[in-house]
Amino acid sequence: MSYMLEGRTGSWEIVVGLEVHAQVISKAKLFSGAATAFGAEPNSQVSFVDAAFPGMLPVINRECVAQAVRTGLGLAAEINLESRFDRKNYFYADLPAGYQISQYQMPVVGRGSIEIVLEDGSTRHIGVTRLHLEQDAGKSFHDRDPVLSYIDLNRSGVALMEIVSEPDIRSPEEAGAYLRKLRSILRYLGTCDGNMDEGSMRADVNVSVRKTGEPFRTRCEVKNVNSIRFVMHAIEAEARRQIDVWEEGGEVEQETRLYDPGRGITRSMRSKEHAHDYRYFPDPDLLPLVLDPAWVEELRSALPELPDAKRARFIREYAIPAYDAGVLTVDQAVADYFETIAKGRDARLASNWVTGNLFAAMNETGRSIENPPVSAAHLGQLLDLIADGTINGRIAKDVFEAMVETGDAPAAIVESRGLRQVTDTGAIDTAIAQVLAANADKVAEYKSGKDKLFGFFIGQAMKATGGKANPAAVNEALRRALS
Amino acid sequence: MTLCDLSLAEARDGLRRRDFTSTDITTDCLDAIAALNPKLNAFVTVTAERALEQAAQADRRLAAGETAPLLGVPLAIKDLFCTEGVRTTAGSRILGPFVPPYESTVTANLLRDGAVFLGKTNMDEFAMGSSNMTSAYGPVVNPWTRHGDNAQLVPGGSSGGSSAAVAARLAPGATATDTGGSIRQPASFCGIAGIKPTYGRCSRWGIVAFASSLDQAGPMGRTVRDCAIMLASMAGHDPKDSTSADIPVPDFEAACGRGVKGLRIGVPREYRSDGMSPEIEAMWQHGLAWLREQGATLVDVSLPHTKYALATYYIVAPAEASSNLARYDGVRFGLRQDGSDLQELYENTRAAGFGAEVRRRVLIGTYVLSAGYYDAYYLRAQKLRALILRDFTEAFEKVDALVTPTAPTAAFAMGEKMDDPVTMYLNDVFTVPANMAGIPGLSVPAGLDSAGLPLGLQVLGKPFDEETVFAVGAAIERAAAFATLPSLRAGVAL
Amino acid sequence: MALDPATVRRIAKLARIRVTDEEVTRLQTELSGILGWIEQLNEVDVSGVAPLAGVSHQRLPMREDVVNDGGKADAILANAPARVDHFFTVPKVVE
Ligand SMILES: [Mg+2]
Ligand SMILES: [Zn+2]
Repeated sequence: MSYMLEGRTGSWEIVVGLEVHAQVISKAKLFSGAATAFGAEPNSQVSFVDAAFPGMLPVINRECVAQAVRTGLGLAAEINLESRFDRKNYFYADLPAGYQISQYQMPVVGRGSIEIVLEDGSTRHIGVTRLHLEQDAGKSFHDRDPVLSYIDLNRSGVALMEIVSEPDIRSPEEAGAYLRKLRSILRYLGTCDGNMDEGSMRADVNVSVRKTGEPFRTRCEVKNVNSIRFVMHAIEAEARRQIDVWEEGGEVEQETRLYDPGRGITRSMRSKEHAHDYRYFPDPDLLPLVLDPAWVEELRSALPELPDAKRARFIREYAIPAYDAGVLTVDQAVADYFETIAKGRDARLASNWVTGNLFAAMNETGRSIENPPVSAAHLGQLLDLIADGTINGRIAKDVFEAMVETGDAPAAIVESRGLRQVTDTGAIDTAIAQVLAANADKVAEYKSGKDKLFGFFIGQAMKATGGKANPAAVNEALRRALS
Repeated sequence: MTLCDLSLAEARDGLRRRDFTSTDITTDCLDAIAALNPKLNAFVTVTAERALEQAAQADRRLAAGETAPLLGVPLAIKDLFCTEGVRTTAGSRILGPFVPPYESTVTANLLRDGAVFLGKTNMDEFAMGSSNMTSAYGPVVNPWTRHGDNAQLVPGGSSGGSSAAVAARLAPGATATDTGGSIRQPASFCGIAGIKPTYGRCSRWGIVAFASSLDQAGPMGRTVRDCAIMLASMAGHDPKDSTSADIPVPDFEAACGRGVKGLRIGVPREYRSDGMSPEIEAMWQHGLAWLREQGATLVDVSLPHTKYALATYYIVAPAEASSNLARYDGVRFGLRQDGSDLQELYENTRAAGFGAEVRRRVLIGTYVLSAGYYDAYYLRAQKLRALILRDFTEAFEKVDALVTPTAPTAAFAMGEKMDDPVTMYLNDVFTVPANMAGIPGLSVPAGLDSAGLPLGLQVLGKPFDEETVFAVGAAIERAAAFATLPSLRAGVAL
Repeated sequence: MALDPATVRRIAKLARIRVTDEEVTRLQTELSGILGWIEQLNEVDVSGVAPLAGVSHQRLPMREDVVNDGGKADAILANAPARVDHFFTVPKVVE
């Protein structure tokens, strides 16, 4: 069922296209040798090129080009063997040259596509129009002085990939799924860290609304939204605003807006009031970017397995449910962790432990998969202890908790805390005899036909063994005792 | 006789022979500058102290038996080259207080080769002009005057400070830049030689940009050989400039002695415009005859699109300039004029900082790139540029070099040609095509007009074949035996 | 192509150059003169001609991904007409 918003005059479809600015992972900037690290002292990672001093000239960073090509290949997109850099001219305090070097007419990457999986399990393909390389601007601080803005050019010249989607997105959920998938691909490729908090991935959201079957209506661009959740909220807020405008007989004006997460609304961007005329033209300081097809092939052959392929392989090789395979392959490190413990073990059990207990422990401890609360080796050993009957599943949960707390290996915990599963039938029989003796009334009820009490006896017997009894052995012994 | 009378080659050789010291010749140049610059206004900044330190350093190296191509030779530097620690104005108010924390590649190459820098020469603002009248630091006076007329003449532009300094013997050589003729036209107006090499021969890194696809640095000297010596030091591949050519620098000085025997010299018929003055035409014919006498063959060639080069240039150059000059916004360096908000600050700064000609060109450039006009102007100009280049490429299949007049007139008086911008632009009608095509062009003094003013001939060559250009230029120079001196010059009592 | 005053003002705004009323009048004449002269280019048939942006004979050179610049905030700010600590400053911008 497609997503619609209800207005006074009926229901409205929303149309969304996303322009994602993804910061390229590279040591140096796109056209200079200054560093790209986050959080440095103001203007300490700035070359005269980045600050647009007189006579300074750009020289392109090969690795940034390689990263764009890798990303294009990862999006199954066309790689343009000849592309070009253009200047986008406008004045802004944190744009030192008065122009941004970007790729307007001939981007390095052409059409591609991203498959998204929705909550109901359905999939959709969202078209990627293009990917181009461009420079980031500096950063303005408007909150440090009552009358001044402060300018830091550390970001100025950092390489960005602008990844533009087709207006194929039809709901906030799809937008979220698109961004999560894109981020996942970028992280797999190692071309962008996808860190929206630090601004290394930002989205411009183009939103319009229409009645079913209509052509596109005027769109507005909501600039620089910096979390997936905010993108989803901004789409809804902006669509609602536009529906109100249309339904009140007004006309939506094409403009640039900002999302205010505090108030949950979008507002017109004052600094973008003037109609823009960017006067794009080929940057005369740079020649056309011509890629050697052999180099592109070299980059292609070195690509890692990407989420879609990995997900399909997990379903095939490990026979785990599609949903689990999707969850396990969002993050390459999670997928690697899973594979480490799944190999040669019960893969479904492994999947359950990763998506259940491990994720919960990561949440509780605030640790990441790169620095997990329990190492893959230890979790694998725990599964082995379950498999060989050393512990049962219930005790395994306690052992896991102890592993999170202590970092010790599961075997050591089992030994030191005496958690070995009790399979000694004598001990089990003794425990059952005690339980039945203490609950003579319930034994009578059971024998008169109240079968449900069997579970109660099991529980009591397990309790009596400190949870360590082999559940199957208890079951069998109890049946014998009650028959 | 002062050491200022020496050509650059003579100065270099004399220094090597230890006939005199770098301090001697540098002192003579600085004295001449002190005496004449108040009249000529050729220098915006004189770095006397620095020059004497560099000279002393060169003398120590010379005494130690060291050699370097320009060791101890004093030079003047156009104020478009960023010089570390020395104010660089580009002839503009907007850069007035700017002191670059870096040295342009070309000037760094000259320093590497042992040159001594006397100071920074005046120029049309941001190299936009053909008269030096657009400088924010006042006009430069041409050291030449007409017979029986004391009217002050322009030195040409934009490298008018460099050409006046070399002509008046304040320096044996000077750096310059040429975007549409800014080396060749002032060389012609001041009776000296100057070459714009092939686009990409000299690095543009550290040179204040005017029009990036056209700008090219080159030398000015009193002889063709002096230009060859300087260019060998200025040129070379620079990884900091993506358009710099990774091609070895040949021995240009040796090429000056090659002669022209067997060379095919093209005479582009379209240059013979209806309005060409008979004096210019006569000088051109002389030049061609000299080459024929020295064994060259003259070939009539056609460059049908060359007449559109100037109008094409006035789209391409302003378009690039409008973007290149956007960085002069009062935020990181240079002049700032406050405003109530940032937009006002920009508008006030740029209105106060740019002179009339720069503002005009920035506005033209903004217009031709703006929405709705790009195709009609900028894109069409790019196509014409392709046709202009094709004309040259086809001509060079038949000939080794082309010879034309450098400028349509001799130096004119200050105040002349100022009525409307296009009249001034027409000065560059013969020089602009070489910039559009990126080919080398040299101007060499070839004679005097009836008023006693120098006239130059232009030699155009194939891309990266400056050697042939030098050979042809030197041949014209030998035949012309141009020996007349300007009235204002070092060592002459005022 | 004669420019009207509104166009002159619009491009002056785009180029961030303040113009007075008299300047608009003068620029109208000058710029129209230049653009009128440029119109001679319309005589040329350029159909089928590929545009030429530059004349360099090079392939775009690429630099290696090495940090070899930066770390000189003082030099970057040395020419600044206004600054606070290691920041450039401008009149407050409202976004
Ligand atoms: Mg955008
Ligand atoms: Zn962008």
